[in-house]
Amino acid sequence: MSISTILSLTQTALELGLLCSLTVLALFLSYSMLNVCDLSTDGCFTLGAAVGAMVAVAGHPWLSIPAAMAAGVVSGFITALLQTRMGVESLLAGIIVNTGLYSINIAVMGNSSLVNMNKTETVFTMVKDALSGTFLSGQYKLVVALIAVALVVAFLSVFLRTRLGLAIRATGNNPDMVRSSSINPVFTTTVGLCVANAFTGLSGCLLAQSQKSVNIDIGSGMVTIALASLLIGGTFMGKGGVTLRAIGVVLGSFIFRLVYTIALRFNMPASMLKLVSSVIVIIAIAGPYFKTQWPMLKRRLEHRPQKAGRGEK
Amino acid sequence: MLTLSHISKTFNPGTVNEKTAIEDLSLHLDKGEFVTIIGANGAGKSTLFNAIAGSFYADTGSIVLDGEDITFLPEYKRAREIGRLFQDPMRGSAPGMTIEENMALAAGSGGWLSHITKEDKARFRDRLALLNMGLEDRMRQPVGLLSGGQRQALTLMMATMVEPKLLLLDEHTAALDPATADKVLELTEKIVREGNLTCLMITHNMSSALALGTRTLMMDAGHIIYDVGGPEREGLTVDDLLERFKAGVGKALDNDRMLLS
Repeated sequence: MSISTILSLTQTALELGLLCSLTVLALFLSYSMLNVCDLSTDGCFTLGAAVGAMVAVAGHPWLSIPAAMAAGVVSGFITALLQTRMGVESLLAGIIVNTGLYSINIAVMGNSSLVNMNKTETVFTMVKDALSGTFLSGQYKLVVALIAVALVVAFLSVFLRTRLGLAIRATGNNPDMVRSSSINPVFTTTVGLCVANAFTGLSGCLLAQSQKSVNIDIGSGMVTIALASLLIGGTFMGKGGVTLRAIGVVLGSFIFRLVYTIALRFNMPASMLKLVSSVIVIIAIAGPYFKTQWPMLKRRLEHRPQKAGRGEK
Repeated sequence: MLTLSHISKTFNPGTVNEKTAIEDLSLHLDKGEFVTIIGANGAGKSTLFNAIAGSFYADTGSIVLDGEDITFLPEYKRAREIGRLFQDPMRGSAPGMTIEENMALAAGSGGWLSHITKEDKARFRDRLALLNMGLEDRMRQPVGLLSGGQRQALTLMMATMVEPKLLLLDEHTAALDPATADKVLELTEKIVREGNLTCLMITHNMSSALALGTRTLMMDAGHIIYDVGGPEREGLTVDDLLERFKAGVGKALDNDRMLLS
């Protein structure tokens, strides 16, 4: 493999990894902090992509970003409403919203399952124009992705240290404590899911614009990919402050994409991405579990049953 | 300060498991009273605390705290006025967050978007130093690293950082070893005395029920069967209490059921 191939592979991984790391950061908030596994992530990602694309196609590339994030907030609010006010199990709430979003996404995309943005002015084309002539002109995708990720990481590291952020973390860390404290878990869960889904929407919006098209399946499997990245990131910087952990999560997303991009080079079919991400999630969760079980398993295997105790014949 | 009028609570009404945990219970506490509560398992002590703290709404009656009717106030709103400790020391603090962050949540000063300031940190340090456990030098460590006794002491600190109108202690030393339990009890008495807090404390230890506080309640089957304070309580011994229990319940004491020492 030549140096230029390696560089181009790294760049693809970096762009995709950074754009998808926004979803990973969303799960960092909802899964790691709030301890809610938000299964509406796939649908919400597509929703952000669809809303962002339609607004951009209508001629408002900058407006597409807040629009996609607002759509994410609404989706997160409904997921939160179902689990906090209507007695729906947390996992089920995500699944239900995810299913409902499929129809909504088709409707948003004008009853079509594909929106093309080849000739549309997007955030990326605008940044490309702005950067033309400078040394960064070829790296416009990377620039947009980096700015978005830096802003979200900065926001999270400030937000998670505010009183509201601490309350959200406590809700996930010790629900018993929160239940008998002056923190209203309904409020913290709702805010947490709204913020997280805003990032998921943003992630979908930017990925779609960088690819210049939205497909109804753009978000499918995203929750597993993001979880895999989150867990990989956790093995690097699982301990430490929230800022460090958020950066670790972004790194995890990049590494996941890098491994995947390299695998593609070795003629792995593109359709294997989802299997790979599933296997990584399994290894990342089952690995530490088996590690704790191993010493006792070893002892049991080495244990020789005793025929008789001392003093017995 | 606290007035309960005709409070009842029945669990699983209309089923074979129906259980009336407290029945037509009335109680009044003046400001600064430190009341200890004793009674067998199932007497309704914890149910009484749950009703006061708002873990559920009482079936009948009303609860008034400091002139405000809180009968249907949700639990998290009552928690601003009521501090509460449980038997389980792990229940009162978030293990994955630092001591400082836990205290910031309990202090509850500032708006939702406020950060921990230097003044806050200094204040937390001073408060922690009172515990005499060296926690003031470990403020950036996760609470999960503390021992049970340290966590319960921290929880006590957190519950009383903003002076509560009422402090509920539900056997908060029962899960600690005797030496640590004594230390936490000592701290409890000091904090309650210095803040002149109104406090209800459940205990299974009859001698500390008499040694601590200003008034003692005995509960059985959802009723208060004995309520003693003032001069009458001064001369009371553990044996007297056991006698009173027999008289109140009207049956011989079953030691398996009433695990008191």
